[in-house]
Amino acid sequence: MDRDLALGMFRKMVQIRKFEEKLYFLFSTRAMPGSMHQYNGEEAVAVGVCAHLANDDYITSTHRGHGHCIAKGAGIRAVMAEMFAKTTGCCKGMGGSMHIADFGVGMLGANGIVAAGVPIAAGAGLTCQVRGKGQVSVAFFGDGATNEGAFHEAVNLAAAWRLPVLFACENNVYGFSTHYRRTMALEDIADRAAGYGIPGAKVDGQDIRAVHAAAGEAVRRARAGGGPTLLEFKTYRYMGHSRFEPSSYRTKAEVEEWKRRDPIALFRAVLRGELGASESEVAGIEAGVEAEMEDAVRFAEGSPDPAPDDWKRYIFAGEGS
Amino acid sequence: MEARTIVQALREALVEEMERDPSVILLGEDIAVFGGAYRVTEGLLERFGESRVRDTPISEAAIVGAGIGAAMTGLRPVVEIQFNDFLACAMDQVCNQAAKMRFMMGGQVSVPLVIRAPVGATGRAAQHSQSLEAWFMHTPGLKVAFPSTPYDAKGLLKTAIRDDNPVMFFEHKLLYGGSSPGGKAKTAVNDLGDAFRPAPRGEYLVPFGLADVKRAGSDVTIVATGMVLHKALKAAESLAREGIEAEVIDPRTLVPLDRKTILESVRKTGRLVVASEDVLTCGVASEIAAMVAEEALWHLDAPIRRVAVPDTPIPFAPAMEQAVLPQVETIAAAVRDMAIRGGGGRS
Repeated sequence: MDRDLALGMFRKMVQIRKFEEKLYFLFSTRAMPGSMHQYNGEEAVAVGVCAHLANDDYITSTHRGHGHCIAKGAGIRAVMAEMFAKTTGCCKGMGGSMHIADFGVGMLGANGIVAAGVPIAAGAGLTCQVRGKGQVSVAFFGDGATNEGAFHEAVNLAAAWRLPVLFACENNVYGFSTHYRRTMALEDIADRAAGYGIPGAKVDGQDIRAVHAAAGEAVRRARAGGGPTLLEFKTYRYMGHSRFEPSSYRTKAEVEEWKRRDPIALFRAVLRGELGASESEVAGIEAGVEAEMEDAVRFAEGSPDPAPDDWKRYIFAGEGS
Repeated sequence: MEARTIVQALREALVEEMERDPSVILLGEDIAVFGGAYRVTEGLLERFGESRVRDTPISEAAIVGAGIGAAMTGLRPVVEIQFNDFLACAMDQVCNQAAKMRFMMGGQVSVPLVIRAPVGATGRAAQHSQSLEAWFMHTPGLKVAFPSTPYDAKGLLKTAIRDDNPVMFFEHKLLYGGSSPGGKAKTAVNDLGDAFRPAPRGEYLVPFGLADVKRAGSDVTIVATGMVLHKALKAAESLAREGIEAEVIDPRTLVPLDRKTILESVRKTGRLVVASEDVLTCGVASEIAAMVAEEALWHLDAPIRRVAVPDTPIPFAPAMEQAVLPQVETIAAAVRDMAIRGGGGRS
């Protein structure tokens, strides 16, 4: 793996982790609006996939969307300000955590409805195919989403039309509180690909090199007109389902077991070892990201609140905005 | 040749807009090879090719969802849902996604998507006969159009395609005037006369939010849409023979609703009947009646009357079906009843 690429991906993973840690601190220590669903532990998936995407490629995301947004290149200040419901937020305070989006970088939105982004990603893939310029679209979704009708309909449609779409399943073991083995008779969601006549593979979602390699092959195939791929990334969320949810359905030992293969720690070791990055180089990245988060919080805190009737500007295009 | 049926008028609108704008594409079940269950898209596959005219799987959530994703990224899809009843299978995509996307994202994106769907009872029982316009009036972020003539159908569809917002576009089966495969589609268009105004060739638009006074009158205002508009016009003819002059208004779009035209008429006539083929409770007629009650109560000489389907699914047996639908006679009876209760009127 190219050293600069690796350092860039490492930086993005650290950005996501520190963003989530900062957010947890903020929610714990002050009144923050709304709720949140955190991505800690799954960073390798978003970053390893998005490393293959340009600004004019598209992604759709889930209720757990901060990581996808940052990985696709959204500005940290605007993402943080949206958490504070400020006018400088990337959705101007209209969406919050669950609807975080940045169309300037092809991030078509987190989504509060499970699997709803999957057909929308297929539609973005349709645009890519009609334009014929080699763009691709990626749908991120969880294990739970694969039991929704919208997932099935969208993957089948994309397969039938050979749309340039990567269906990126983040199997983080639990749909809210329920283990995936309690809701499906398959061990590997990747096996569902055969049912649609498209390639599928399971991938170690904690190893960003494995994610990067598998996603690269799928994205190349899509750009070349070879149609969609279903990849299942085996991963894990460290935090509760949502803000302060206590995770009573799983053991501390299980969480600790997964943390032993922390995607950032694993990749840090690769950087320090095989790729020959110095400790000061890696630590410098971490310190730089820490400072970036402090800056983003200051920016958000100092930003204006929306006016109580700002909602009138956004219901219809061409009216009031 | 001018378009004398709504099927022809809609097809012309699609052809003109697809020729004008290469980002307009069509998605739907059986619309390409087969030409559409009601023949609206007949010949368009041959004319515009596989990339722009696409047969979809029977997957309403994916059809609408793909339309949304394509609309968010630069295309202007026109989606056909074969019967409006099937929109129930796509409600999340229509109501939680298309309607709210621009709002939730702080105006970063628009969703220029048209969803066409036939409405109306034509002997197919409870799951193929509904008129569901009010579901979508109840979801902010969607526009709702419902033409009753070929002229309006063409002009409104062209406006819908150029609108940057999601538009629900309802078409009444009895007004299509085309033949279904086998040529057995029920149609009412042969009995409609001049009110069923043809669509001329060439470019024109019918703006949203502008009602059309289909018949002028001074004694009572009747607001109606789709097939019921034509029943209201027939009722007005028979009332005229009794000396009651009804003004008949077609809103043409329910969202946005032309409140001004309706209110001006009611202030003139002092009486309002709203007739609609959807069900009574929380229906099209309820909303228009409430709006008039709020804005013009002191101008009313009689209580407002709603003529709509009672709160029942549409029954299959033809006699029962016809009994629950608004009819020429039930509309006329509502007016007569009102004239008596209202004390004879102003004229």
